[in-house]
Amino acid sequence: MPAFRDIVRRIDSIKNTQKITKAMQVVAATRLRRAQAAVQATRPYADKMVEVLQTVSERATEYKHPFLIRREGKRAVMILVTTDKGLAGAINVNNIRTATRYMSQNFPEQQRYVTLGRKGRDFLLRYRRDVIAEVSNLPDRPSQGQVLPAVTVALEEYAKGNVDAVLLCYAKWISTIRQEPTVRVLIPAEIPARERDQGQSAGPRADYIYEPDPESVLDGLLPRYVETQVFQAVLENKASEYSAKMIAMQNATTAAGDLIDSLTLYANKVRQAGITTELMEIVSGAAAQEGSS
Amino acid sequence: MKFPLRVVSVERSLFEGDVEFIIATGAEGELGVLARHAPLMTILKPGPLRIQETYGGPEETLFVGGGFLEVLPERVTVLADVAEHAGEISVDAAEEARRRAQERLAGTLTAAEETEFQNALAMAEARLRLARARRG
Repeated sequence: MPAFRDIVRRIDSIKNTQKITKAMQVVAATRLRRAQAAVQATRPYADKMVEVLQTVSERATEYKHPFLIRREGKRAVMILVTTDKGLAGAINVNNIRTATRYMSQNFPEQQRYVTLGRKGRDFLLRYRRDVIAEVSNLPDRPSQGQVLPAVTVALEEYAKGNVDAVLLCYAKWISTIRQEPTVRVLIPAEIPARERDQGQSAGPRADYIYEPDPESVLDGLLPRYVETQVFQAVLENKASEYSAKMIAMQNATTAAGDLIDSLTLYANKVRQAGITTELMEIVSGAAAQEGSS
Repeated sequence: MKFPLRVVSVERSLFEGDVEFIIATGAEGELGVLARHAPLMTILKPGPLRIQETYGGPEETLFVGGGFLEVLPERVTVLADVAEHAGEISVDAAEEARRRAQERLAGTLTAAEETEFQNALAMAEARLRLARARRG
């Protein structure tokens, strides 16, 4: 039977761990709120972008930007968003699994990856996947400039004709307890259809004057549309990361509490057993004395 | 007459409100927009965006590092690649960026790099011009 002191020492060490997990949980909760605010802040731009694209693509119908053309080939580059740090539950494993499975099912000919986040990069390199670009150690509130280089590499591969599609995989934030790995097709780009029943904006729109011309405007808009989607995914993945981390740390704190409870009980039993043994020794000693006299 | 204006960059919304007059740096040169302007869609070059809440009144200046300007009968929107309030411009950072871009442009470059650094240079110079004009 272990000594009483050893068990008490173990309880103390678990209590320390519990303090750390508790603190990490609180930090994750705060960062989650900030990450959500960052996601919200990109909405106006993204919504506006879609609206403008809809109008422009309705005008410039005869012009087909390469990003809108569907190619038949089975080669693709996947932009995989993961976290930089661990201790965030299964979020990275889920993202990586979803991305690699999607790729091997739909693009058997050639699979390339661009990673945003250290975890995804490390995993893919370990399994000798073709990683053509990577960005890691992004701050909590990255600027678009920090995300851009990775996207540019992917778009260039497409422009050069080396791949037939550009995909994106990230953890979609559904609720604090639920994040879903999501794959999105960036190219060929699909501009979401305009919602029909919008009252004021229904019916034919006023035609624009384009400067310099519709084609250049569309050429400028489409790459930005793709970039914005990736940027949003990075921010959303951050929110998912902190949600997952919060829950993981909450579970760890609870588990530590359970462990402390059961160890305390065990420690008490050990101490009681010690007392009982001592008592028995005294009593039997005394009885032996009485018997001999 | 006022019209609603909204200036958004990818990272945040910079301006939202009713204004009478704006001057932007379009692809084909400076252009001013008053209420009832014809519908217009233009590419913006790096440069200032001047906003006058009342025509001829005090001006609020934003730096816009390229983007798009959409003028519709009922509203005007600026989709900026990068944007900041004039007061937020860091002169040191802009000078440093200009120096770097000039250095790179002096060497031999591919066409894509050439455009990239030309753009970086244009942005840095536009920032500096704006910051200097503000100081007077």
